[in-house]
Amino acid sequence: MRRHAIAIKNEDNVATAICDIAAGEQAMVGVDDAIISIKATQAIDLGHKLAVRAIRKGDEILKYGTGIGRATQDIQAGEHVHVHNVESMRGRGDLA
Amino acid sequence: MKFMGYRRADGRVGTRNYVGVISTVVCANEVARGIAAQVKGAVAFSHQQGCCQTPPDLARVTKALIGLGSNPNLAAVLLVGLGCEGTDVDSVLKKIAATGKPVQIIGIQEEGGGAKTTAKGVLIAQQMAVEASRIKREECASSDLVLGLKCGSSDTTSGLSTNPALGVTVERLVKEGGTAIMGEVTEFIGAEHILAKQCKNEAVGRQVLALVDRMEQRVKATGVDMRGGQPTPGNIKGGLTTIEEKSLGAIAKAGKAIVQAVYEYGETPVVKGLVVMDSPGREPELLTGMAAAGANVIVFTTGRGAPQGFPFVPVIKITGNEKTWQHMNDHMDLSVHGVMDGDESLLQAGDRIYEKILETASGVDTKAEVSGYAQAMDIYVTGPVI
Repeated sequence: MRRHAIAIKNEDNVATAICDIAAGEQAMVGVDDAIISIKATQAIDLGHKLAVRAIRKGDEILKYGTGIGRATQDIQAGEHVHVHNVESMRGRGDLA
Repeated sequence: MKFMGYRRADGRVGTRNYVGVISTVVCANEVARGIAAQVKGAVAFSHQQGCCQTPPDLARVTKALIGLGSNPNLAAVLLVGLGCEGTDVDSVLKKIAATGKPVQIIGIQEEGGGAKTTAKGVLIAQQMAVEASRIKREECASSDLVLGLKCGSSDTTSGLSTNPALGVTVERLVKEGGTAIMGEVTEFIGAEHILAKQCKNEAVGRQVLALVDRMEQRVKATGVDMRGGQPTPGNIKGGLTTIEEKSLGAIAKAGKAIVQAVYEYGETPVVKGLVVMDSPGREPELLTGMAAAGANVIVFTTGRGAPQGFPFVPVIKITGNEKTWQHMNDHMDLSVHGVMDGDESLLQAGDRIYEKILETASGVDTKAEVSGYAQAMDIYVTGPVI
């Protein structure tokens, strides 16, 4: 079956779009050999991320099985995850 | 898993069986190339170093030449020198000889000029080539593989498909006892703290951080800040949110394999598994460093299409960009664009890369080899030419 987005590792809470996904579209997300269906609540462009499950403010955004940043607000499954709701953990001197 | 390789006297396994004609200094390049051009089965390694450099750099050049000559893909070595070079030629000769392979040296000033040295060298290399042709491949294990990792001319597909797929391959290889060498320290910047946690222990993690800091200091000394403006506006438009995410896209080619040790440029690993080696990102220096460290196969992921290869280590080119696969097919060995199309999982793509590595190691030629685009070579030095 054709995938629209891939989660690199099982633990990831975001998947990255491998094609443009329209708002409202049912995105087929590949996780290892499995495929799960998540409704994109916003438009997700190729290369951008959508949440595959709910993420709370302060939670780590997991991609490649590792934290790539922290959520600056609550994020629902299917929402666009990017600079408007994520901050780099490198940007905080106390977390170097 | 098995492949057919050339077992050498020092126990290491080669995937190719060349006579290496290695110049010890830039001034000997023409002769080294001239000799190799006249002998089937011989390849030349030339570079721009070996003279008018600081002692640390000369030591680095010496060490790299030892590593290159010792690489198991070379059945025999002919060193070509000038006579007055800064390279410690005695050490190079002695240490390559210690691997048990035939090694000789000729010097241009001693022989009396390029023409005479080339003629003498051709005769020596011919003999070496005949003897090398007696060696046959035998069955070897994947644990005999030393895989160099490289990514170049990356695009969106690199961090999404090609590198993570290679990460699957690397995880499998190290599980089977093989070795994978990751360099390109520049790429770690932004995610080095993450990579440091993916190490065998804290001491190794600290070495990773020290490597990155050293690279950053080298650049800072020229007045440039490597972290400023990362990710770039273009990256952000393309979907990269943080510098961690960007760097992880590069580091993804090692998967979740644990870093066992950190090595200096061109140093041969004494452990199996994933290791990190100090090196910059540019092909000539990176590929040379991998070869000097003993890599017998190199996998090079690319998005937009990078054509380079190396004279005596096969460089497998992998892309996840379908356009590149078709458009620059004369340089590409394997495509994982099925992952970008949504038709293939990363696990399946990783397995296909693994099979490609085994068949290449067993003698199947890469595009870089058959196209002759296999000349990216130079030794990484950090000091000034004086």
